[in-house]
Amino acid sequence: MKYLSTLLLAAGLLWAAPGRAQQVSVIKFADLQKRLSQQNDTTYVVNFWATWCAPCVKELPLFEQLNTTQAGKKVKVLLVSLDYASQLDKKVKPFVLKRNLKSEVVLLNEPDPNSYLEKVDPKWSGAIPFTVIWNGKKNKRATFEREFTQPELTAEINKFLL
Amino acid sequence: MKKLLSFFPALLTLVLLTGFVADPAGYQVGDKVADFKLKNVDGKTVSLADNKTAKGYIVVFTCNTCPYAKAYESRIIELHQKYASKGYPVVAINPNDEASVPGDSFAEMKARAASKKYPFPYLQDATQQVARTYGATRTPHLYVVTRQGSDFVVSYIGAIDDNSEDAKLVKTKYVEQAMTDILAGKPAATSSTKAIGCTIKWKKA
Repeated sequence: MKYLSTLLLAAGLLWAAPGRAQQVSVIKFADLQKRLSQQNDTTYVVNFWATWCAPCVKELPLFEQLNTTQAGKKVKVLLVSLDYASQLDKKVKPFVLKRNLKSEVVLLNEPDPNSYLEKVDPKWSGAIPFTVIWNGKKNKRATFEREFTQPELTAEINKFLL
Repeated sequence: MKKLLSFFPALLTLVLLTGFVADPAGYQVGDKVADFKLKNVDGKTVSLADNKTAKGYIVVFTCNTCPYAKAYESRIIELHQKYASKGYPVVAINPNDEASVPGDSFAEMKARAASKKYPFPYLQDATQQVARTYGATRTPHLYVVTRQGSDFVVSYIGAIDDNSEDAKLVKTKYVEQAMTDILAGKPAATSSTKAIGCTIKWKKA
């Protein structure tokens, strides 16, 4: 019996192991806010995007590349989808799978953006793509209501790492 | 090229310092607006000054292609139907660069306005100067302007309501709430709100 539960546990761990198709969890703003205020020495890059937003989709590979170009450094990318929660299975999950996204993807399920945009950043008018880069330990934070080019993103990340 | 590259960080810093990107200049509630002259889908030009009986306008930056603009299209038509007779007609402006978004070309705008029978002007902001002056960043992005003498003054900036996906699930109709105050001669209690929308597709510099 004990053996069986160990086996089940092991199977469970394997099931959850990386390498499987990326999961997309649906979160509320309170959860995101906790993530947005972590105080440690990791530099977080949080990009707000949606499958319907052409400039967002265009710049996603730049954020994905950070997983390799900044590998070994304390940089973590979080992609926050602003697609409707009703589109999770129809649009978002297939998109993540098709693009083979390696960064963590969450879907923010809040019907009224007016309730959270200001809390993410007072300067955010609501246009996407929108990106927040911050490092709690260095007490550094920057926000961008626009699409990045490769050199621009690299330059901004370097400001946090150097 | 080398010179250009070394110039770039300085330019970027300047842009960030002046806040041009992160915090675009634009109208705030209470600001006087400059009139514009833009081409309507019927080929005629439209200015705020044209309609002498208007007490104000509901100016909405919108487009053909953004899913949020599409989700709000019928609600924008309803706003016109509700408030034009009260002196506040809708004026819709498409600021997207048609070179980057062919679906927002003048021809496509004409087709959209015809197929949905827009009861209001649908203007092309070909130089994007009007959107820049207003400080519009996304579609849809709405401004209520109120006549004061020969000027128009911004009374409300922001979202139409609090649920873009489903009109039936809306709890607060931000524009209607503001219009109730404005029509009563009071400043809007909530004069500015925010919403998700599609980035305006600016011309490549």
